[in-house]
Amino acid sequence: MNGFSTDNFQQSKRDFLKYFLGGGVVVWLAAVLYPILAYLKPPKEGDVEVTSVKAGKVSAMEKETGTIVRFGNKPVILVRTSAGEFRAFTATCTHLDCTVQFRKDMGLIWCACHNGKYDLNGRNVAGPPPRPLDEYRVIVQGEDIFISRKA
Amino acid sequence: MIRFWKRFYDWVDERVQLSGLVEFMGKKYVPVHRHSIWYYFGGVSLFLFIIQVVTGILLLLYYKGGEELAFESIQFIMSKVQFGWLIRSIHSWTANLFILAAMIHMFSVYFEKAYRKPREFTWITGMLMFFLALGFGFSGYLLPWNELAFFATKVGTDIAGVIPVIGKPIMVFLRGGEEVTGATLSRFFGFHVAVFPGIFTVFLGIHLLLVQRQGMSEPLEFENESTAERKTMPFFPNFLLRDLLFWLIVLNLLAILAVFFPWELGKKADAFAPAPAGIKPEWYFLFMFQTLKYIPGTVLVFDGEVLGILLFSLAGLLWTLVPFWDRKSSRGEKSRSINYIGLFVVLYIIILTIIGWVA
Repeated sequence: MNGFSTDNFQQSKRDFLKYFLGGGVVVWLAAVLYPILAYLKPPKEGDVEVTSVKAGKVSAMEKETGTIVRFGNKPVILVRTSAGEFRAFTATCTHLDCTVQFRKDMGLIWCACHNGKYDLNGRNVAGPPPRPLDEYRVIVQGEDIFISRKA
Repeated sequence: MIRFWKRFYDWVDERVQLSGLVEFMGKKYVPVHRHSIWYYFGGVSLFLFIIQVVTGILLLLYYKGGEELAFESIQFIMSKVQFGWLIRSIHSWTANLFILAAMIHMFSVYFEKAYRKPREFTWITGMLMFFLALGFGFSGYLLPWNELAFFATKVGTDIAGVIPVIGKPIMVFLRGGEEVTGATLSRFFGFHVAVFPGIFTVFLGIHLLLVQRQGMSEPLEFENESTAERKTMPFFPNFLLRDLLFWLIVLNLLAILAVFFPWELGKKADAFAPAPAGIKPEWYFLFMFQTLKYIPGTVLVFDGEVLGILLFSLAGLLWTLVPFWDRKSSRGEKSRSINYIGLFVVLYIIILTIIGWVA
Protein backbone atom coordinates (compact mmCIF):
# COMPACT_ATOMS: atom_id res chain seq x y z
CA MET A 1 0.00 0.00 0.00
CA ASN A 2 2.72 2.29 1.08
CA GLY A 3 4.93 1.28 -1.87
CA PHE A 4 2.08 1.85 -4.33
CA SER A 5 1.47 5.40 -3.22
CA THR A 6 5.20 6.15 -3.42
CA ASP A 7 5.17 4.80 -6.98
CA ASN A 8 2.19 6.96 -7.75
CA PHE A 9 3.87 9.93 -6.27
CA GLN A 10 7.05 9.15 -8.25
CA GLN A 11 5.00 8.81 -11.43
CA SER A 12 3.19 12.11 -11.02
CA LYS A 13 6.45 13.80 -10.09
CA ARG A 14 7.98 12.40 -13.29
CA ASP A 15 4.96 13.55 -15.33
CA PHE A 16 5.14 16.97 -13.80
CA LEU A 17 8.84 17.28 -14.63
CA LYS A 18 8.24 15.91 -18.15
CA TYR A 19 5.58 18.50 -18.95
CA PHE A 20 7.38 21.26 -17.12
CA LEU A 21 10.66 20.66 -18.94
CA GLY A 22 9.02 19.78 -22.27
CA GLY A 23 6.89 22.90 -22.08
CA GLY A 24 9.98 24.86 -21.14
CA VAL A 25 11.77 23.63 -24.26
CA VAL A 26 8.82 24.62 -26.45
CA VAL A 27 8.59 28.07 -24.90
CA TRP A 28 12.35 28.46 -25.19
CA LEU A 29 12.25 27.45 -28.87
CA ALA A 30 9.44 29.89 -29.53
CA ALA A 31 11.35 32.66 -27.77
CA VAL A 32 14.38 31.96 -29.98
CA LEU A 33 12.56 31.38 -33.26
CA TYR A 34 10.00 34.16 -33.08
CA PRO A 35 12.49 37.04 -33.25
CA ILE A 36 14.37 35.30 -36.08
CA LEU A 37 11.22 34.73 -38.14
CA ALA A 38 10.03 38.25 -37.46
CA TYR A 39 13.44 39.56 -38.48
CA LEU A 40 13.16 37.80 -41.86
CA LYS A 41 10.01 39.73 -42.71
CA PRO A 42 11.05 43.04 -44.24
CA PRO A 43 9.50 46.10 -42.60
CA LYS A 44 6.86 48.00 -44.58
CA GLU A 45 8.52 50.94 -46.20
CA GLY A 46 6.63 54.17 -46.06
CA ASP A 47 4.92 54.26 -49.44
CA VAL A 48 5.51 57.58 -51.10
CA GLU A 49 1.97 58.89 -51.32
CA VAL A 50 1.83 60.46 -54.74
CA THR A 51 -1.43 61.65 -56.22
CA SER A 52 -0.16 63.44 -59.26
CA VAL A 53 3.09 63.92 -61.14
CA LYS A 54 4.24 66.19 -63.94
CA ALA A 55 5.09 63.86 -66.78
CA GLY A 56 6.65 66.24 -69.30
CA LYS A 57 5.86 68.71 -72.01
CA VAL A 58 3.42 68.24 -74.87
CA SER A 59 5.93 69.46 -77.44
CA ALA A 60 8.51 66.95 -76.24
CA MET A 61 6.31 63.98 -77.16
CA GLU A 62 5.61 63.13 -80.74
CA LYS A 63 2.53 61.25 -81.89
CA GLU A 64 2.76 57.46 -81.70
CA THR A 65 5.40 57.37 -79.00
CA GLY A 66 5.46 56.14 -75.44
CA THR A 67 7.58 56.80 -72.40
CA ILE A 68 7.95 55.52 -68.86
CA VAL A 69 7.22 58.05 -66.12
CA ARG A 70 8.15 57.72 -62.46
CA PHE A 71 4.98 57.81 -60.38
CA GLY A 72 6.12 57.65 -56.76
CA ASN A 73 8.09 54.42 -56.82
CA LYS A 74 5.99 52.83 -59.56
CA PRO A 75 6.54 53.06 -63.30
CA VAL A 76 3.69 54.45 -65.42
CA ILE A 77 3.59 54.37 -69.22
CA LEU A 78 2.49 57.53 -71.00
CA VAL A 79 1.41 57.04 -74.63
CA ARG A 80 0.55 59.59 -77.26
CA THR A 81 -1.77 58.09 -79.85
CA SER A 82 -1.76 58.78 -83.58
CA ALA A 83 -4.65 61.20 -82.95
CA GLY A 84 -2.42 63.13 -80.57
CA GLU A 85 -4.33 62.03 -77.49
CA PHE A 86 -2.44 61.21 -74.25
CA ARG A 87 -3.09 58.07 -72.24
CA ALA A 88 -1.40 56.66 -69.17
CA PHE A 89 -1.42 53.19 -67.61
CA THR A 90 0.53 51.37 -64.98
CA ALA A 91 3.66 50.09 -66.75
CA THR A 92 3.81 46.87 -64.73
CA CYS A 93 2.65 43.91 -66.79
CA THR A 94 -0.21 42.09 -65.08
CA HIS A 95 1.37 38.76 -66.00
CA LEU A 96 4.73 38.51 -64.20
CA ASP A 97 5.71 41.99 -63.18
CA CYS A 98 7.90 43.08 -66.13
CA THR A 99 7.83 46.66 -67.39
CA VAL A 100 5.91 47.18 -70.64
CA GLN A 101 6.79 49.45 -73.58
CA PHE A 102 5.02 51.18 -76.49
CA ARG A 103 5.62 49.54 -79.87
CA LYS A 104 5.00 51.87 -82.79
CA ASP A 105 5.22 49.03 -85.34
CA MET A 106 2.44 47.12 -83.55
CA GLY A 107 0.52 50.16 -82.39
CA LEU A 108 0.30 48.40 -79.05
CA ILE A 109 1.71 48.29 -75.57
CA TRP A 110 4.02 45.27 -75.45
CA CYS A 111 5.81 43.28 -72.76
CA ALA A 112 9.16 41.83 -73.82
CA CYS A 113 9.26 39.13 -71.18
CA HIS A 114 6.47 36.87 -72.41
CA ASN A 115 5.10 38.65 -75.46
CA GLY A 116 2.03 40.05 -73.73
CA LYS A 117 0.09 42.68 -75.68
CA TYR A 118 -2.30 45.44 -74.62
CA ASP A 119 -4.21 47.84 -76.85
CA LEU A 120 -4.05 51.57 -76.30
CA ASN A 121 -6.95 51.33 -73.87
CA GLY A 122 -4.81 49.08 -71.67
CA ARG A 123 -6.87 45.99 -72.48
CA ASN A 124 -4.93 42.70 -72.59
CA VAL A 125 -5.46 41.60 -76.19
CA ALA A 126 -2.85 38.85 -76.70
CA GLY A 127 -0.38 36.67 -74.83
CA PRO A 128 -0.43 35.61 -71.22
CA PRO A 129 -1.52 38.78 -69.31
CA PRO A 130 -4.62 37.92 -67.26
CA ARG A 131 -5.88 41.47 -66.63
CA PRO A 132 -5.85 44.89 -68.31
CA LEU A 133 -3.43 47.58 -67.19
CA ASP A 134 -4.79 50.08 -64.66
CA GLU A 135 -5.50 53.42 -66.28
CA TYR A 136 -4.28 56.77 -64.99
CA ARG A 137 -5.86 60.16 -65.63
CA VAL A 138 -3.92 62.47 -67.92
CA ILE A 139 -4.49 66.21 -67.70
CA VAL A 140 -2.91 68.64 -70.13
CA GLN A 141 -2.56 72.17 -68.80
CA GLY A 142 -1.09 74.37 -71.45
CA GLU A 143 2.26 72.80 -72.28
CA ASP A 144 2.46 70.54 -69.25
CA ILE A 145 1.23 66.95 -68.97
CA PHE A 146 0.07 65.77 -65.55
CA ILE A 147 -0.72 62.21 -64.56
CA SER A 148 -2.89 61.33 -61.59
CA ARG A 149 -4.46 58.25 -60.09
CA LYS A 150 -8.04 57.56 -61.11
CA ALA A 151 -10.34 57.84 -58.15
CA MET B 1 64.62 15.08 -49.18
CA ILE B 2 62.78 11.77 -49.36
CA ARG B 3 64.03 10.99 -45.89
CA PHE B 4 62.65 14.25 -44.64
CA TRP B 5 59.19 13.48 -46.01
CA LYS B 6 59.34 9.97 -44.63
CA ARG B 7 60.17 11.35 -41.20
CA PHE B 8 57.44 13.98 -41.50
CA TYR B 9 54.89 11.31 -42.47
CA ASP B 10 55.93 9.11 -39.57
CA TRP B 11 55.68 12.06 -37.21
CA VAL B 12 52.10 12.78 -38.35
CA ASP B 13 51.18 9.09 -38.51
CA GLU B 14 52.30 8.56 -34.94
CA ARG B 15 49.84 11.21 -33.81
CA VAL B 16 46.79 10.83 -36.06
CA GLN B 17 47.15 7.27 -37.45
CA LEU B 18 47.30 8.08 -41.15
CA SER B 19 48.18 4.53 -42.16
CA GLY B 20 44.56 3.37 -41.96
CA LEU B 21 43.54 6.04 -44.48
CA VAL B 22 46.45 5.25 -46.76
CA GLU B 23 45.62 1.56 -46.66
CA PHE B 24 41.98 2.37 -47.47
CA MET B 25 43.05 4.52 -50.43
CA GLY B 26 45.31 1.75 -51.70
CA LYS B 27 42.47 -0.77 -51.66
CA LYS B 28 39.99 1.47 -53.43
CA TYR B 29 39.06 0.11 -56.85
CA VAL B 30 36.91 1.54 -59.61
CA PRO B 31 34.89 -0.93 -61.69
CA VAL B 32 35.79 -0.94 -65.38
CA HIS B 33 32.94 -1.52 -67.85
CA ARG B 34 31.45 0.11 -70.90
CA HIS B 35 29.67 2.77 -68.81
CA SER B 36 32.74 3.72 -66.78
CA ILE B 37 33.04 7.05 -68.55
CA TRP B 38 30.10 8.43 -66.57
CA TYR B 39 32.08 8.09 -63.36
CA TYR B 40 34.11 11.14 -64.37
CA PHE B 41 31.22 13.61 -64.29
CA GLY B 42 30.86 13.59 -60.52
CA GLY B 43 34.53 14.43 -60.18
CA VAL B 44 34.38 17.15 -62.78
CA SER B 45 31.34 18.71 -61.04
CA LEU B 46 33.41 18.80 -57.86
CA PHE B 47 36.28 20.43 -59.74
CA LEU B 48 33.97 23.10 -61.18
CA PHE B 49 32.55 23.75 -57.72
CA ILE B 50 36.07 24.28 -56.37
CA ILE B 51 36.74 26.76 -59.20
CA GLN B 52 33.55 28.59 -58.21
CA VAL B 53 34.66 28.82 -54.59
CA VAL B 54 38.10 30.14 -55.56
CA THR B 55 36.93 32.65 -58.19
CA GLY B 56 33.99 33.61 -55.99
CA ILE B 57 36.31 34.53 -53.13
CA LEU B 58 38.48 36.51 -55.55
CA LEU B 59 35.44 38.44 -56.81
CA LEU B 60 34.44 39.17 -53.22
CA LEU B 61 37.62 41.19 -52.79
CA TYR B 62 36.26 43.89 -55.12
CA TYR B 63 32.52 43.33 -55.41
CA LYS B 64 30.27 45.77 -53.58
CA GLY B 65 26.64 44.97 -52.91
CA GLY B 66 23.96 47.63 -53.23
CA GLU B 67 21.86 49.30 -55.88
CA GLU B 68 24.30 52.15 -56.43
CA LEU B 69 27.48 50.08 -56.19
CA ALA B 70 27.01 46.59 -57.59
CA PHE B 71 27.04 47.32 -61.33
CA GLU B 72 29.85 49.87 -60.97
CA SER B 73 31.97 47.49 -58.91
CA ILE B 74 31.73 44.80 -61.61
CA GLN B 75 32.62 47.42 -64.22
CA PHE B 76 35.61 48.22 -62.05
CA ILE B 77 36.57 44.54 -61.77
CA MET B 78 36.33 44.11 -65.53
CA SER B 79 38.16 47.26 -66.58
CA LYS B 80 40.55 48.27 -63.80
CA VAL B 81 41.53 45.20 -61.79
CA GLN B 82 44.32 43.17 -63.39
CA PHE B 83 42.81 39.99 -64.83
CA GLY B 84 39.48 40.99 -63.30
CA TRP B 85 37.77 40.31 -66.64
CA LEU B 86 39.24 36.80 -66.60
CA ILE B 87 38.15 35.96 -63.06
CA ARG B 88 34.62 37.20 -63.61
CA SER B 89 34.31 35.52 -66.99
CA ILE B 90 35.54 32.22 -65.56
CA HIS B 91 33.09 32.50 -62.67
CA SER B 92 30.18 33.04 -65.06
CA TRP B 93 31.21 30.32 -67.50
CA THR B 94 31.97 27.84 -64.73
CA ALA B 95 28.52 28.44 -63.27
CA ASN B 96 27.02 27.22 -66.54
CA LEU B 97 29.41 24.32 -67.01
CA PHE B 98 28.89 23.30 -63.39
CA ILE B 99 25.15 23.00 -63.87
CA LEU B 100 25.70 21.14 -67.14
CA ALA B 101 28.19 18.71 -65.55
CA ALA B 102 25.90 18.18 -62.55
CA MET B 103 23.01 17.48 -64.95
CA ILE B 104 25.03 14.91 -66.91
CA HIS B 105 26.13 13.33 -63.63
CA MET B 106 22.53 13.23 -62.39
CA PHE B 107 21.11 11.68 -65.56
CA SER B 108 23.90 9.10 -65.81
CA VAL B 109 23.29 8.06 -62.21
CA TYR B 110 19.58 7.90 -62.98
CA PHE B 111 19.95 5.71 -66.07
CA GLU B 112 22.46 3.42 -64.34
CA LYS B 113 20.03 3.23 -61.39
CA ALA B 114 23.00 3.90 -59.17
CA TYR B 115 20.56 5.50 -56.70
CA ARG B 116 19.18 2.05 -55.80
CA LYS B 117 19.68 0.51 -52.38
CA PRO B 118 22.03 1.16 -50.56
CA ARG B 119 22.81 4.55 -52.17
CA GLU B 120 19.56 6.43 -51.53
CA PHE B 121 21.26 9.03 -49.34
CA THR B 122 23.92 9.70 -51.96
CA TRP B 123 21.19 10.38 -54.53
CA ILE B 124 19.16 12.60 -52.20
CA THR B 125 22.15 14.71 -51.15
CA GLY B 126 23.10 14.95 -54.82
CA MET B 127 19.63 16.19 -55.76
CA LEU B 128 19.63 18.71 -52.91
CA MET B 129 22.98 20.00 -54.16
CA PHE B 130 21.52 20.24 -57.65
CA PHE B 131 18.61 22.39 -56.43
CA LEU B 132 21.11 24.51 -54.52
CA ALA B 133 23.14 24.87 -57.71
CA LEU B 134 20.04 26.29 -59.41
CA GLY B 135 19.67 28.63 -56.44
CA PHE B 136 23.30 29.66 -56.82
CA GLY B 137 22.64 30.38 -60.49
CA PHE B 138 19.49 32.38 -59.85
CA SER B 139 20.92 34.44 -56.98
CA GLY B 140 24.30 35.02 -58.62
CA TYR B 141 22.62 36.20 -61.80
CA LEU B 142 21.21 39.25 -60.00
CA LEU B 143 24.48 40.37 -58.40
CA PRO B 144 25.77 42.45 -61.38
CA TRP B 145 22.50 44.40 -61.11
CA ASN B 146 22.02 44.68 -64.86
CA GLU B 147 18.85 44.98 -66.90
CA LEU B 148 18.53 41.29 -67.77
CA ALA B 149 19.14 40.21 -64.19
CA PHE B 150 16.66 42.74 -62.85
CA PHE B 151 13.79 41.48 -64.97
CA ALA B 152 14.78 37.82 -64.61
CA THR B 153 14.58 38.28 -60.85
CA LYS B 154 11.26 40.14 -61.08
CA VAL B 155 9.76 37.30 -63.11
CA GLY B 156 11.38 34.52 -61.08
CA THR B 157 10.25 35.85 -57.73
CA ASP B 158 6.83 36.77 -59.10
CA ILE B 159 6.40 33.14 -60.18
CA ALA B 160 7.04 32.09 -56.58
CA GLY B 161 4.39 34.62 -55.62
CA VAL B 162 1.60 32.97 -57.62
CA ILE B 163 1.64 29.80 -55.48
CA PRO B 164 -1.54 29.89 -53.38
CA VAL B 165 -1.32 30.88 -49.69
CA ILE B 166 2.44 30.52 -49.12
CA GLY B 167 3.50 32.20 -52.37
CA LYS B 168 3.11 35.83 -51.37
CA PRO B 169 5.09 35.61 -48.09
CA ILE B 170 7.83 33.68 -49.93
CA MET B 171 7.99 36.38 -52.59
CA VAL B 172 8.22 39.17 -50.01
CA PHE B 173 10.87 37.18 -48.13
CA LEU B 174 12.94 36.69 -51.28
CA ARG B 175 12.58 40.28 -52.46
CA GLY B 176 13.03 41.85 -49.06
CA GLY B 177 9.87 43.84 -49.76
CA GLU B 178 7.07 44.09 -52.29
CA GLU B 179 9.32 45.02 -55.20
CA VAL B 180 12.73 43.99 -56.54
CA THR B 181 15.03 46.66 -55.11
CA GLY B 182 18.41 47.04 -53.46
CA ALA B 183 16.94 45.05 -50.56
CA THR B 184 16.56 42.08 -52.92
CA LEU B 185 20.18 42.47 -54.00
CA SER B 186 21.36 42.40 -50.38
CA ARG B 187 19.38 39.25 -49.67
CA PHE B 188 20.50 37.46 -52.83
CA PHE B 189 24.09 38.41 -52.07
CA GLY B 190 23.76 36.86 -48.62
CA PHE B 191 22.20 33.68 -50.00
CA HIS B 192 24.81 33.43 -52.74
CA VAL B 193 27.96 33.87 -50.67
CA ALA B 194 26.95 32.58 -47.23
CA VAL B 195 23.73 30.59 -46.92
CA PHE B 196 24.01 28.39 -50.03
CA PRO B 197 27.75 27.65 -49.75
CA GLY B 198 27.30 26.68 -46.11
CA ILE B 199 24.46 24.25 -46.78
CA PHE B 200 26.09 22.99 -49.97
CA THR B 201 29.31 22.13 -48.15
CA VAL B 202 27.45 19.98 -45.63
CA PHE B 203 25.66 18.01 -48.38
CA LEU B 204 28.88 17.73 -50.36
CA GLY B 205 30.68 16.32 -47.32
CA ILE B 206 27.99 13.67 -46.78
CA HIS B 207 27.87 12.89 -50.51
CA LEU B 208 31.64 12.36 -50.81
CA LEU B 209 31.87 10.45 -47.55
CA LEU B 210 29.16 8.04 -48.76
CA VAL B 211 30.89 7.56 -52.11
CA GLN B 212 34.12 6.68 -50.28
CA ARG B 213 32.44 4.39 -47.80
CA GLN B 214 30.23 2.52 -50.27
CA GLY B 215 32.50 2.64 -53.29
CA MET B 216 31.36 3.23 -56.85
CA SER B 217 28.02 1.82 -57.86
CA GLU B 218 28.22 -0.90 -60.46
CA PRO B 219 25.77 -1.52 -63.31
CA LEU B 220 23.20 -4.25 -62.66
CA GLU B 221 24.57 -6.60 -65.32
CA PHE B 222 28.10 -6.11 -63.95
CA GLU B 223 26.95 -7.28 -60.55
CA ASN B 224 25.75 -10.57 -62.03
CA GLU B 225 29.10 -11.38 -63.60
CA SER B 226 31.47 -13.67 -61.77
CA THR B 227 34.26 -12.03 -59.84
CA ALA B 228 36.81 -13.35 -62.31
CA GLU B 229 35.10 -11.58 -65.22
CA ARG B 230 34.89 -8.22 -63.48
CA LYS B 231 37.56 -5.75 -64.39
CA THR B 232 38.64 -3.02 -61.99
CA MET B 233 41.16 -0.24 -61.85
CA PRO B 234 42.92 1.06 -58.74
CA PHE B 235 41.56 4.44 -57.73
CA PHE B 236 45.00 5.57 -56.72
CA PRO B 237 46.78 6.45 -58.91
CA ASN B 238 45.15 5.13 -62.13
CA PHE B 239 41.65 6.57 -61.82
CA LEU B 240 42.79 9.74 -60.08
CA LEU B 241 45.23 10.54 -62.88
CA ARG B 242 42.49 10.07 -65.47
CA ASP B 243 40.27 12.32 -63.36
CA LEU B 244 42.98 14.97 -63.26
CA LEU B 245 43.48 14.76 -67.02
CA PHE B 246 39.78 15.40 -67.56
CA TRP B 247 39.92 18.33 -65.10
CA LEU B 248 42.83 19.79 -67.04
CA ILE B 249 40.87 19.53 -70.29
CA VAL B 250 37.89 21.26 -68.66
CA LEU B 251 40.15 24.00 -67.30
CA ASN B 252 41.48 24.59 -70.80
CA LEU B 253 37.97 24.71 -72.20
CA LEU B 254 37.10 27.29 -69.54
CA ALA B 255 40.09 29.41 -70.42
CA ILE B 256 39.11 29.34 -74.10
CA LEU B 257 35.51 30.28 -73.30
CA ALA B 258 36.50 33.05 -70.88
CA VAL B 259 39.03 34.59 -73.24
CA PHE B 260 37.22 34.31 -76.55
CA PHE B 261 33.66 34.67 -75.30
CA PRO B 262 33.96 37.04 -72.34
CA TRP B 263 30.82 37.36 -70.28
CA GLU B 264 28.88 40.53 -71.07
CA LEU B 265 27.87 42.95 -68.34
CA GLY B 266 25.04 44.63 -70.23
CA LYS B 267 23.23 47.77 -69.13
CA LYS B 268 22.66 48.81 -65.55
CA ALA B 269 19.25 47.90 -64.13
CA ASP B 270 16.69 50.70 -64.18
CA ALA B 271 13.36 50.18 -62.47
CA PHE B 272 11.90 52.82 -64.78
CA ALA B 273 12.94 51.34 -68.10
CA PRO B 274 10.91 48.81 -70.08
CA ALA B 275 12.04 45.19 -70.21
CA PRO B 276 14.45 44.79 -73.16
CA ALA B 277 13.32 42.80 -76.18
CA GLY B 278 14.57 39.21 -76.41
CA ILE B 279 14.81 38.80 -72.66
CA LYS B 280 15.24 35.16 -71.60
CA PRO B 281 16.19 33.28 -68.46
CA GLU B 282 19.41 31.28 -68.21
CA TRP B 283 19.38 28.16 -70.40
CA TYR B 284 18.79 25.81 -67.47
CA PHE B 285 15.50 27.51 -66.65
CA LEU B 286 14.48 27.82 -70.30
CA PHE B 287 12.47 24.59 -70.59
CA MET B 288 10.27 25.60 -67.66
CA PHE B 289 9.94 29.14 -68.99
CA GLN B 290 8.91 27.77 -72.40
CA THR B 291 6.39 25.37 -70.85
CA LEU B 292 4.73 28.23 -68.95
CA LYS B 293 4.22 29.98 -72.28
CA TYR B 294 2.20 27.04 -73.60
CA ILE B 295 -0.09 26.62 -70.62
CA PRO B 296 -3.23 28.70 -71.18
CA GLY B 297 -4.17 31.45 -68.73
CA THR B 298 -6.71 29.25 -67.01
CA VAL B 299 -7.04 25.47 -67.03
CA LEU B 300 -10.48 24.42 -65.72
CA VAL B 301 -10.65 26.42 -62.49
CA PHE B 302 -6.88 26.67 -62.00
CA ASP B 303 -4.62 29.52 -62.91
CA GLY B 304 -2.34 28.28 -65.71
CA GLU B 305 0.84 29.55 -64.09
CA VAL B 306 0.00 28.00 -60.72
CA LEU B 307 -0.73 24.68 -62.38
CA GLY B 308 2.56 24.74 -64.27
CA ILE B 309 4.57 25.55 -61.17
CA LEU B 310 2.84 22.92 -59.08
CA LEU B 311 3.41 20.33 -61.82
CA PHE B 312 7.12 21.14 -62.02
CA SER B 313 7.44 21.03 -58.23
CA LEU B 314 5.70 17.65 -58.14
CA ALA B 315 7.91 16.30 -60.94
CA GLY B 316 11.02 17.51 -59.11
CA LEU B 317 9.86 15.86 -55.91
CA LEU B 318 9.11 12.54 -57.62
CA TRP B 319 12.47 12.66 -59.38
CA THR B 320 14.24 13.23 -56.06
CA LEU B 321 12.38 10.33 -54.47
CA VAL B 322 13.01 7.86 -57.31
CA PRO B 323 15.04 5.42 -55.11
CA PHE B 324 11.91 4.92 -53.01
CA TRP B 325 9.40 4.20 -55.74
CA ASP B 326 11.64 2.30 -58.12
CA ARG B 327 11.40 -0.99 -56.21
CA LYS B 328 12.57 -3.13 -59.13
CA SER B 329 16.07 -1.68 -59.31
CA SER B 330 16.49 -2.06 -55.57
CA ARG B 331 15.72 -5.76 -55.96
CA GLY B 332 18.34 -5.97 -58.72
CA GLU B 333 15.79 -6.38 -61.51
CA LYS B 334 15.76 -4.45 -64.75
CA SER B 335 13.24 -1.67 -64.79
CA ARG B 336 12.42 -0.43 -68.24
CA SER B 337 9.76 2.04 -67.21
CA ILE B 338 12.41 4.05 -65.38
CA ASN B 339 14.39 4.29 -68.62
CA TYR B 340 11.33 5.46 -70.54
CA ILE B 341 10.53 8.11 -67.95
CA GLY B 342 14.14 9.29 -67.96
CA LEU B 343 14.24 9.36 -71.74
CA PHE B 344 11.04 11.37 -71.84
CA VAL B 345 12.44 13.88 -69.32
CA VAL B 346 15.72 14.26 -71.23
CA LEU B 347 13.96 14.73 -74.58
CA TYR B 348 11.44 17.12 -73.06
CA ILE B 349 14.18 19.29 -71.56
CA ILE B 350 16.29 19.27 -74.75
CA ILE B 351 13.40 20.00 -77.12
CA LEU B 352 11.86 22.78 -75.03
CA THR B 353 15.25 24.34 -74.36
CA ILE B 354 15.92 24.46 -78.11
CA ILE B 355 12.48 25.92 -78.85
CA GLY B 356 12.96 28.47 -76.08
CA TRP B 357 16.38 29.34 -77.40
CA VAL B 358 15.26 29.81 -81.00
CA ALA B 359 11.95 31.51 -80.21
